[in-house]
Amino acid sequence: MRLTGGVRFAAAIIAVAGLGACAAQPKSKPGEIRINLNPYPSTYYPYGSVPTLIRGATILDGEGGRIDNGSVLLVDGKVSAVGGADLGAPEGATVIDAGGRYVTPGIIDVHSHLGDYPSPGVQSTSDGNEATSPARPEVWAEHSVWPQDPGFSRALANGGVTSLQILPGSANLFGGRSVTLKNVPARTMQGMKFPGAPYGLKMACGENPKRVYGSKSQMPQTRMGNVAYVRQTWAKAKEYDRKWTKYEKTGGEIPAQDLAMDTLRGVLHGDILVHNHCYRADEMAIMIDVAKEFGYKIASFQHGVEAYKIADLLKENGICGALWADWYGFKMESYDAINENIAFVQNAGACTIVHSDDANGIQRLNQEAAKAIASGKRAGINISEETAWTWLSSNPAKSLGIFEQTGSLKAGKMADVVLWNGNPFSAYTRPDKVWIDGALLYDAANPKLRPVSDFELGQPGEGDVK
Amino acid sequence: MKRLSLIATALAATASPLAAQTFAISGGTVVLGDGSEPIQNGMVVVRDGRIVAAGDIRMKLPAGTEVIDATNKWVTPGIVAGFSRLGLAEVDLGASGSDDTETGGSPFSAAIDVTPGVNPKASTIAVSRTDGVTRAVVAPVAAKSIFAGQGAIIDTGDDMDPIVRARAFQFVELGEGGAGIAGGSRTASFAMFRNALREARDLRGRVDSNRQDDVLLTRFDAAALVPVVQGKQLLLVHVERSKDILNVLDLRQEFPGLKIALVGVTEGWLVADKLASSGVWVIASALNDLPSSFEQLAATQSNVGRMRAAGVNVAIGMIDDNDTRYARNQRQYAGNLVALGKVPGAAGVSWSDAFAMISSRPAEAVGLGGEFGSLAAGRRGDVVVWDGDPLELNSAPEAVWIDGVRQPLDNHQTKLRDRYRSLERQALPEAYRK
Repeated sequence: MRLTGGVRFAAAIIAVAGLGACAAQPKSKPGEIRINLNPYPSTYYPYGSVPTLIRGATILDGEGGRIDNGSVLLVDGKVSAVGGADLGAPEGATVIDAGGRYVTPGIIDVHSHLGDYPSPGVQSTSDGNEATSPARPEVWAEHSVWPQDPGFSRALANGGVTSLQILPGSANLFGGRSVTLKNVPARTMQGMKFPGAPYGLKMACGENPKRVYGSKSQMPQTRMGNVAYVRQTWAKAKEYDRKWTKYEKTGGEIPAQDLAMDTLRGVLHGDILVHNHCYRADEMAIMIDVAKEFGYKIASFQHGVEAYKIADLLKENGICGALWADWYGFKMESYDAINENIAFVQNAGACTIVHSDDANGIQRLNQEAAKAIASGKRAGINISEETAWTWLSSNPAKSLGIFEQTGSLKAGKMADVVLWNGNPFSAYTRPDKVWIDGALLYDAANPKLRPVSDFELGQPGEGDVK
Repeated sequence: MKRLSLIATALAATASPLAAQTFAISGGTVVLGDGSEPIQNGMVVVRDGRIVAAGDIRMKLPAGTEVIDATNKWVTPGIVAGFSRLGLAEVDLGASGSDDTETGGSPFSAAIDVTPGVNPKASTIAVSRTDGVTRAVVAPVAAKSIFAGQGAIIDTGDDMDPIVRARAFQFVELGEGGAGIAGGSRTASFAMFRNALREARDLRGRVDSNRQDDVLLTRFDAAALVPVVQGKQLLLVHVERSKDILNVLDLRQEFPGLKIALVGVTEGWLVADKLASSGVWVIASALNDLPSSFEQLAATQSNVGRMRAAGVNVAIGMIDDNDTRYARNQRQYAGNLVALGKVPGAAGVSWSDAFAMISSRPAEAVGLGGEFGSLAAGRRGDVVVWDGDPLELNSAPEAVWIDGVRQPLDNHQTKLRDRYRSLERQALPEAYRK
């Protein structure tokens, strides 16, 4: 699904509130009434940019390519060209000599709760888990996003993060819809929303749902309860899908709209991508079969602490593993974590992603990738820097359905670019400059280019280096 | 770990993997851990579990001394976890019985002593050891009182004797966390603090003396605070907000005996001059840069660098940062503090200063700088040979000694790695690969 500016749906929009009255309306033609699939459209647009040539750079293009002494040309918010030392700059372009420093696509974090669990982490702003029913596919993470979360600016300035997926938490089996944002400060969520990005659905296996609901003496209380509840919910979704599909083909009475089922129907049609929080190998294998049973696809397993035990299954089924470098042991389902998880999944040929799930970790995803390379190397698996950057940009972009727009340095793509002040696989390196859609939005040398959220205005440390 | 007398006895059996060895490590880049610059082609000599000499030295070695070639390697003291709950919890969540940080059901507070809770066979200790962490400051978690109880200094050696110093300090929460416990506010927590220390003072060290009826603390808890009031036991105080820091420093006027060190201290840079002149040690969280609570609004990664520039005594710890298990991340954090030196407007620290903050400085903060944390002569023989710069992300230990005893570097994780290196179906299931 590509939601291109809402144009596709302009003729089909009907207010949700109006649906209740539909039964009294004249019989509609088949498919005439459609549910608005994009009621909160993106209002993001790129900030101004100047043609910029970065030359003399070590370029990791995000798709596994590397150019030493390379050049990247950014024009009109897009990557215009990527090449060697001979790449010329148009007249009037800003020319930056990187002097061997690294240039990469901006990092994309597929697992963030910024805005939904913002800083400060107080009850009043804790909006990430609608833990009132194990299945809440009707809630949308975007409706909780607080754009003033100071965490966005740290992810930009310290982490080089240019896009990120905000997921609901994992208290529920069906946590709700995710939203993909551009990491550009705005007054509204819509102002940050990545244009054209498909929605995701957060699902969760394992300990969290059974703990949250088991402790309330309600289903699910066990892992078998988890799976039963998930299957029953999908069975309902299939029925809902049949009703609407019949209506769309043959008309007749308009079925009642169910927001939860709308989300699941979107998954069954392949328009909404499933991001499944799951730690244990055996549970991931079961979720793969659940997906086959009901005819949907899992885009990614989130956390996948035991992905290394079933890396072959991930590859076979085309599922990405969104992983940490070395988190371990904080609960039972993370007990079997190993430092080689990322390297082993990569080595098996499966889609590998480094993710954060953390407002601090999102500032160091490049360093987490570095640790994963090193652990792999000691286990006899050599992974190049250029391959490792696929974990941080192209693979995340693919799993989010935005790879046509961003995630690598290819001509025509969004100019989401980071110039690092050294090798980004080093503990001693930080972003020097960050461009999003060609606009320079962070420059370490320019205090004016340090975003300060409304919350931090007038507070101690406003505008400080962070 | 073995006490010195035991080590001497064990020396005869040098073939045993768990006996203290006499050995020299030569040819590596030697980091003493005291803040001095790394020494190229240096040497470290360990005998009877202690450092004999280290640095730019050439000495005649006794015949038969094992000499380990560390050419192209780095040789450092073991990493010291400046604030942790290492060894207290095997699993943090949903595995009751494996977590000895919980004390909410106990009638005691200050009297609690982590010593019996430290499990030297915890996988977290083995994982930390594998990454070069050899000693740790281990604190209890406050539950029903702002006084969490008494913490210990441990080593991570593969033996049954982890306690280096029991009851090394009393740990107290005096920021937001303490306020919540004490009744909802700082006014409540400071009242609780004052009352507790007065009750301890009233005991005048005579723990069997008669007490008045209107006391809040159990006798055992009040007695546990007597050495705190007398300055015989370190008081480790968790505070983040700048004003909280000053309030705690002021407590020393009311209780002149107090020997204080501070933990967390995210807003320390705002009062760095006062911290410096106080001379107290700060065990800081290295990279806090989010206003994650209202006591950390001024958070910046430059906090440590600014405090150092002002002359504050700073070590690095990891309070509330997965402190039961992630001590191995301290060296990454230290490296990140070095990185700040290249960021305009930020305050970084030198490499050597950063390393000292995860080796000698935590030891000094808890009064054990003369025992471990550096490679100075007479210190315990905690030595790590790394395959590269220990603050870099791609480096790892190749060998670790604690008290001169070579340590195993395998653990639950490395064994899983080896089991699942190949997913090819073999003659027998994975469970038969050990």
